[in-house]
Amino acid sequence: MSAPFFKFGLFGAEFSLVMAFAIGIGFGFFLERAGFGSARKLTAQFYFKDLAVFKVMFTAIVTALLGLFYLSWAGVVDLSLVYFGPTWLLPQIAGGLMLGVGFVIGGYCPGTSMVALATGKVDAVFFVLGVTAGIFVFGEAYPAIQGLVNATPMGEITLPQLFGLRYGVVVFLVVLMALAGFWGAGAWERRLARRAGEV
Amino acid sequence: MASVLPSAVLDAAAVPIPRVAARREAAPYLNPYLAGVGLGLVLLAAFVIMGRGLGASGAFSTFISWAVASVAPAHAKGNEFYQGYLQSGGSHPLKDWLIFELLGVLVGGFVSGVLAGRVRKTVEKGPRISTRSRLLLAFSGGTLMGFGAKLARGCTSGQALSGGALLSVGSWAFMLMVFAGGYGAAWFVRRQWQ
Repeated sequence: MSAPFFKFGLFGAEFSLVMAFAIGIGFGFFLERAGFGSARKLTAQFYFKDLAVFKVMFTAIVTALLGLFYLSWAGVVDLSLVYFGPTWLLPQIAGGLMLGVGFVIGGYCPGTSMVALATGKVDAVFFVLGVTAGIFVFGEAYPAIQGLVNATPMGEITLPQLFGLRYGVVVFLVVLMALAGFWGAGAWERRLARRAGEV
Repeated sequence: MASVLPSAVLDAAAVPIPRVAARREAAPYLNPYLAGVGLGLVLLAAFVIMGRGLGASGAFSTFISWAVASVAPAHAKGNEFYQGYLQSGGSHPLKDWLIFELLGVLVGGFVSGVLAGRVRKTVEKGPRISTRSRLLLAFSGGTLMGFGAKLARGCTSGQALSGGALLSVGSWAFMLMVFAGGYGAAWFVRRQWQ
């Protein structure tokens, strides 16, 4: 058991910023490779024209999920030392809805807007200014909406705990769901391609 | 909205972009499953090396809290939200993990874009909407997203990707709602994209 490296003191706070920059480069690189610096590519997901957002997101989740699961099973990573955010169900549902609506209106999410900015998208500049304004409004409103922000706390709860299933079983179910989703996405895209060929 | 974005700014941004002749053809995007594996391995590296996932909106929050504290220190002191991002154990608040990570995202995105011939000044929009309207919608959508991300305690990076891979209940509820919100609102803004 020697990971997470930072938590085991393999390097200090200063070097963790170097790691942050390096990890960020990888993150931005693959977002751009996937085409996520383009708002048209991203929003096409919501019109069923291009399902890359779904495919990339769930492949990434499954990759990291399986990697963590095996590394923790093999005793390499101590999962209890990986930061796990607590759940506040109601504000997370409301925030998720706002984010989804904002996504299809604005064309990006905060991470992808940075990649769009870096590749010359003028609309991303306005989007980033909007995100900044939105967070400022939230900050100013915080004292008034604290009740909603901190409503329905559920603590650090996982899906296996919620459903009373073993961790490995839920990992397996998530992978199965993702594979079914990928198969469905492929079938849908083949149909679209056939239809486009007929016109 | 007009007071936030003076029309001079919008007009300047709406100036047509001159086409440069004989520009290199942009390379096709990477296969989504390969890109997903790449992204997943970066996320796994963050978990294994740092013991934390990826993020984006948190860096914005730190920056805004620092800006508010610089302009109105007393005001920021009385606000729990800003305070949460200003406690940095004596070091400068901007010496923050997520801020350095997000600077990396800018660099990584730019490098990938240059290698693929995809860096060019454009406005992303469908053919049926003016540049000016698109920029207003980009700002409005961003505002909604900034507020929503703080309400949910994270965005697509911190909640959906990172929390999703950790099987967090709140992150999965959040993720489903992002898709629900996107599909629910898509019809109303279809002219912007299709």
